[in-house]
Amino acid sequence: MQNLKRFSQNYGAVLGLVILGLIIAMALAAPLLFPGNPWRTVAMPLLRPMENPDFLLGTDMLGRDIAAGIAHGAKVSLLIGVVSTLVAVLIGVSIGALAGFYGGRVDDLLMRFTEFFQIIPAFAMAVVLVAIFSPNIVSITLAIAVVSWPGVARLVRAEFLSLREREFVQAAIVIGQSGPRIIMTQVLPNAISPIIVTASLMVATAILTESALSFLGLGDRNMMSWGFMIGAARTMLREAWWMSFFPGLAILLAVLAINLIGEGINDLMNPHLRGRKK
Amino acid sequence: MLSFTLQRIGKAVVVIIGVIILNFLLIKLAPGDPAAILAGEAGSGDPQYLENLRAQFGLDRPVPVQLWNYLSGVLTGDLGFSYRNQVPVLSLILERLPATLLLTGAAFAFSLATGVLFGVMAARYRGSALDSIITTLALVFYATPLFWIALMSVLLFSINLGWLPPFDMETIGAGYTGWRRALDIAHHLILPAVTLGLFYTAVYTRLTRASMLEVMGLDFVKTARAKGVPNKRIIRRHVLRNAVLPVFTFASMQAGQLVGGAILTETVFAWPGIGRLMFDALMQRDYPVLLGVFLVTAIVVVIVNFIADLLYRIVDPRIGIA
Amino acid sequence: MSSAEAPLLSVKGLSIPLPPGFDRDYAIKDITYDLDAGEILCVVGESGSGKSMTANALMGLLPSYLKPSDGSIEYKGRDLLSRSEEELRELRGREIAMVFQEPLSALNPLMTVGDQIDEVMLVHGETDRSVRARRVMDLLDYVGLPDPKTLKDSYPFRLSGGQRQRVVIAMALALEPSVLIADEPTTALDVTTQAQILDLIKRIQQAKGMGVIFVTHDFGVVADIADRVVVMEKGLVVETGPAEQVLNAPRHPYTRRLIKAVPHRRAEDGADASSPAADDVLLEVRNLNKTYRSGGGLFAKPRIVPAVQKISLTLRQGQTLGIVGESGSGKSTLGRVIIKLTPSDGGQILYNGKDIAPLSPAAFRPMRQKIQMIFQDPFASLNPRQTVGRILVDGPLANGVSRAAAQRRAEELLARVGLDASAYKRYPHEFSGGQRQRIGIARALMLDPEVLIADESVSALDVSVQEQVLKLLKEIQDQLKLGMIFITHDLRVAAQICDSVAVMRRGEIVEMGPPSQIFDAPQHEYTQRLIAAIPGKGWDPQEAAQGSYEETV
Repeated sequence: MQNLKRFSQNYGAVLGLVILGLIIAMALAAPLLFPGNPWRTVAMPLLRPMENPDFLLGTDMLGRDIAAGIAHGAKVSLLIGVVSTLVAVLIGVSIGALAGFYGGRVDDLLMRFTEFFQIIPAFAMAVVLVAIFSPNIVSITLAIAVVSWPGVARLVRAEFLSLREREFVQAAIVIGQSGPRIIMTQVLPNAISPIIVTASLMVATAILTESALSFLGLGDRNMMSWGFMIGAARTMLREAWWMSFFPGLAILLAVLAINLIGEGINDLMNPHLRGRKK
Repeated sequence: MLSFTLQRIGKAVVVIIGVIILNFLLIKLAPGDPAAILAGEAGSGDPQYLENLRAQFGLDRPVPVQLWNYLSGVLTGDLGFSYRNQVPVLSLILERLPATLLLTGAAFAFSLATGVLFGVMAARYRGSALDSIITTLALVFYATPLFWIALMSVLLFSINLGWLPPFDMETIGAGYTGWRRALDIAHHLILPAVTLGLFYTAVYTRLTRASMLEVMGLDFVKTARAKGVPNKRIIRRHVLRNAVLPVFTFASMQAGQLVGGAILTETVFAWPGIGRLMFDALMQRDYPVLLGVFLVTAIVVVIVNFIADLLYRIVDPRIGIA
Repeated sequence: MSSAEAPLLSVKGLSIPLPPGFDRDYAIKDITYDLDAGEILCVVGESGSGKSMTANALMGLLPSYLKPSDGSIEYKGRDLLSRSEEELRELRGREIAMVFQEPLSALNPLMTVGDQIDEVMLVHGETDRSVRARRVMDLLDYVGLPDPKTLKDSYPFRLSGGQRQRVVIAMALALEPSVLIADEPTTALDVTTQAQILDLIKRIQQAKGMGVIFVTHDFGVVADIADRVVVMEKGLVVETGPAEQVLNAPRHPYTRRLIKAVPHRRAEDGADASSPAADDVLLEVRNLNKTYRSGGGLFAKPRIVPAVQKISLTLRQGQTLGIVGESGSGKSTLGRVIIKLTPSDGGQILYNGKDIAPLSPAAFRPMRQKIQMIFQDPFASLNPRQTVGRILVDGPLANGVSRAAAQRRAEELLARVGLDASAYKRYPHEFSGGQRQRIGIARALMLDPEVLIADESVSALDVSVQEQVLKLLKEIQDQLKLGMIFITHDLRVAAQICDSVAVMRRGEIVEMGPPSQIFDAPQHEYTQRLIAAIPGKGWDPQEAAQGSYEETV
């Protein structure tokens, strides 16, 4: 209750929630607002924004409705953002927890393995994975997860390394609890807040990565996405700025909203970083 | 220092070999046979032709043998032949590498310089209007897709205002040489480097600000105040160095990520670098080139990290002499 | 040095309100005291008493959410609170200097020691570089640091805690201030280092005729150096007076309570009443070794720290064996090795005749319940996300006891350690430090152990709480006939609770024996130094508190 109140005092986070709420609503309402396939030609090509009140954001060179594309594209962005983050968090927490809790050899081995993934630029790796396994929503989601887990693993490892030395964990060993039980009941619950904060920021990054993949033509061909719209609009930049402007704005707002929420959660969970209260 | 260097080189070699193996296996996992694709494009379904292609690229051997051949080739500086262009991969990469190093290097320097500057300003005047403006801008650019900001800058600065060239690395056919050419390249570099760097500017601004605020709360800053050191000097002499060190470390670790971004930037600005080379190789299933680009990238990243470590050791007396 | 004239520094009716959300509405209220030139004024109190607050207020170093609301701080007749920030800055370091508690963090890690001392003079207008350089050398020499020439170019991390504190003191002395504020300057230091730093402060105070405000929680330290004493409780001054009077004839009940709680030798020590028979041996450690290796690799030499070297000791039923030593002596490692939180490198740990040293963690786990531990930090030793009940029953559940039985036992033990039954459902953060330590004791007892290892278990507590927890431990031990290994850095605490004391230095036991031997006739040179360094030796707190004993109970 008190947490809710503190969260609501963080204007940025509330703004983020409102924007994200609107985007989710838009994704859900897309089939009602813009029934039918967003790929289909519905009007004159290259209508400017506001030129025709039925197509507020204009149309592209094939007469497709930009607004419809944006509404339908929200689904892909949100879906991939959330699912890939969940997968990445699962992998990262498992590896980081094992490395941090057991240390020594296990830690060395797992961290070397993580390093291999970190030395290759994440986006380049994602591009290769998607291209090799042909672009579809599953391969894109997995590719983003594969390039994002090392960050989580490092974070969780660091948390576990420090928590492992805490006296309450030592006490759990002394009273005879088993390793897996200590990980699950003593350490993990105390590492959960930084994981949640990171995860929320990762959703935002995942949306950016997905849009960049689609921009390069590595999106799912069956689903409308914001990045694809911008990619397709590239050659029309001179003639039809609105084709790339509005989808980009949509990405910006979605990512901004999620970052704001992530920061709100961070402030909430680390109150000592803000005002000094007892 | 020597033992440190040897240790780091040993570690780096292990990491790079690991990266090679990882990538090699990844590509072997890919469905589809590059030889079949090449043959298909050549319009030939002839099994004998296919067989010849396979033998030519060594694709008929077992995977471990292929890996071994590749690894031993790499050790002698032979990264193989491009399936497509029939030229050594190494020369293909070396031809394109300088453009990418220029682009990413400029973006890195730009983002680090501006990021630290804005971060310090925001922390110094915490809670002021300036702080709010900087923090808000950092938040916005942190959320902006790189390729979109690139397109929008082209729209504004090239198409509408006509200040900056929208693509290519230099004016084609102008035949500039010497300083004139350098200036021309610099002119072409501004848009790609800045748009590539903006996201990282946002990252470093946020990091620097947080780091500064943290250091300002440390005991030795209180000591400095108790000594009667003026505020300005406290920021400059006591806070700044301690706060900026972790930002530099993080930045050097992130330097490799710029190459990922370069794929997008080079696509938008038709910049003739290895990002674009990698992407084209991928689309054409030209795997030796792809592997080569990854290898070179990994080596560059390792070198950057090594230099950063070395600098860190010089700046921070606590490390290195355990 | 006559105090007939106006005092050097005069705090009058100073109040600092706390922002809403704290458990009281002022940090300090109506504080009044004077400091004369040439005297050491000790401000003493427990945590939360506001004892450091006045010191910070007169340096203008309060955090931004704290602003004095009333009163004044007059320095040489002028109010400091009404001066501008620039005037105050001029004053800081030149007229009033400060020494802090944590020498580890009080110095800038990236600046050489010499530069940091140099800076004080530089920012106060000494522009001649060579004058400053000479002064830096003099100062380093003056505070007793070896080889000033090399030392001035060293970075703080190279120096020991005591050396760093000397550097901070040198920095404070650079411009010969007339007031020195020392905020718990020896609390983070070992007892022998503490004695040296106290000597140093006393020496320079006398030589320079400075007024010193010395903030501390330790009455032993007060007895060693104070000319006058201010006692604070919960933001109020409860007693002020000459050291002689406050220490030996305290007037305020709170002062008496504090003095009575100062740890001390038990009077009835003498010839151990229950000299246990040989067959009562619970635990025997033979030639135990532990060496830490860190860093190192293919090309680098590892760092080797021998933490425990060839240690042998015996623990009998009903016995409390004290292990005392300074930081880095290996005393905590010894405890951790015995309870197998840290693997040993060699030697035997015989528990009831069985060597547990070679057992794997899995093989040892079923035996863990018999050897339990009470930890140091009451805030870190309880999982903040679990209820007290959960914390207590986890042990029995892990050892196959039914939930109902475990819960019954938990309720019994909560009562035994003096906590309310409602504690079962509450979370650790709802309890004070002393209460948490009681929960920690209950957790250890949940498993009916035979051996209890207490690692600095009262070190983080205020004296009055410390006294209660020590009393509880003593009672429990008498009742349950446990064997207890009591690890501490505080010789006074060891003297109070232990039947036998082992003194450790650099991984070795240098001397072992009953308290009467260790404290009255120490054999080893190091033990002698340790005993000599105990603060407040010439003063008997029991005697001081005796006169008013009836009133306080």
